[in-house]
Amino acid sequence: MPIADNAFSTALTLIVTLDPALLNIVSLSLQVSLSAVLIAAMIGLPLGAALALWLFPGRGAVVVVLNAFMGLPPVVAGLMVYLMLSRAGPLGSLGLLFTPTAMVIAQVVLVLPIVAALTRQHIEALLAEYREQLASFGLGRPRMMPTLLWDARVALTTVVLAGFGRASAEVGAVLIVGGNIDGVTRVMTTAIALETNRGNLALALGLGLVLLLLVACVNGAAHLLGEHARRQMG
Amino acid sequence: MSSLSQPRLPQATTTPMLPLTLDGVRFSHRGQRLLGDIDLRLGAGRTLIMGPNGAGKSLLMRLCHGLLKPTTGQILWNDQALSPALALRQAMVFQRPVLLKRSAQANLTYVLAIRGCPRRLRKPRAQAALERFGLATLAQRPARVLSGGEQQRLALARAWLLAPDILFLDEPTSALDPAAIRAVEEAVNQFHHRGTKIVMTTHDLYQARRLADDVVFLNAGRLLEHSPAERFFATPQSSEAAAFVRGELPW
Repeated sequence: MPIADNAFSTALTLIVTLDPALLNIVSLSLQVSLSAVLIAAMIGLPLGAALALWLFPGRGAVVVVLNAFMGLPPVVAGLMVYLMLSRAGPLGSLGLLFTPTAMVIAQVVLVLPIVAALTRQHIEALLAEYREQLASFGLGRPRMMPTLLWDARVALTTVVLAGFGRASAEVGAVLIVGGNIDGVTRVMTTAIALETNRGNLALALGLGLVLLLLVACVNGAAHLLGEHARRQMG
Repeated sequence: MSSLSQPRLPQATTTPMLPLTLDGVRFSHRGQRLLGDIDLRLGAGRTLIMGPNGAGKSLLMRLCHGLLKPTTGQILWNDQALSPALALRQAMVFQRPVLLKRSAQANLTYVLAIRGCPRRLRKPRAQAALERFGLATLAQRPARVLSGGEQQRLALARAWLLAPDILFLDEPTSALDPAAIRAVEEAVNQFHHRGTKIVMTTHDLYQARRLADDVVFLNAGRLLEHSPAERFFATPQSSEAAAFVRGELPW
């Protein structure tokens, strides 16, 4: 127990004194995951809405694949991106492997199916209610899309937050394509894994606490938002 | 103020849409005929579509409005098939109002925006429409938390801003209390006095007597009667219509 106690107090000291090494890792984690979620949302929200609005041959297959990819194991996503970006891979000439950009790409692969699949579900439910009225206004499907996305904004915000939770908590994908290089591609989850192996429990625990806090804040925000919306919009 | 509360009617410079002619219109779903064949000609005024449950009243209105396409037959507006431009000159108010998850005012500025109204005119026009239908104090309230009657009046205010030549109403008062029903009927008459053709379904015989200029009577997907209101209520032509007017047909 004394070791754990000691590690815990050291971890708190690291957090409270804003230790530079810890700050570096936290800031890179946020940059990578926020970029990935932003890109995934910019693609996934319209993509999910389009899947709800347009019927085309093979739509069912696309929906099934998207739903299946929601549960894509991060290491598999990492492996796929690794193969694409490695020297011998189709995008090897870009030299992106083991850079933060590669980590963003891997996390987009993880988050995009979540955002697109859940967006499709929410927009489809809303469309069932709105379709006749919007058609009566003379709106075509392209013009219905922004209306539906805006009116589903509360649900879609929680969707994006769920995507952020997934991105910031996963370790497999960023480890494979980032390589956990100190000061370059080391993020919270990969650092926790490494420091635990090394026996540097204080830093691992400190990072773990920050990560927990972050995930708790995201979930708290999602909850408050939902409550607020229920009161506001009935 | 009058220019704000009375958006100019678009048909002032365009061709009239009436009469509305249905020529052998039939609607089938999965091989089952739900409506038809209907031959009907509607001129100006307030047309009430009546009939027992499942008669095809809502279906007939959706076909006229262009939300559904007839399986056979054609629907002509002043001898022209429905075009996107003609579709924009119609509005419809549904049994359960479909309001956006925004404030009452934003529900109105939304339709002004999609019809290309300049941004600076949207709020004043929306506010004028809210005042016209007695909703001025509720402008900032979320539309979805308004009472049923307020929601239906907001749907009417929204239709008002679309300045339609034809307004379809699908049982707009079926879930409302008497005061709210009266408010909706007054609103419908505002459209009527503005020159808008009214096509409305109702279950309510008294409401039909109050509003109708002419009555279309449907039963089991068939058009049994189309006559001026007075004649329909005094001397219905078919035995079904007679039973309906006496209140003996199940609703």
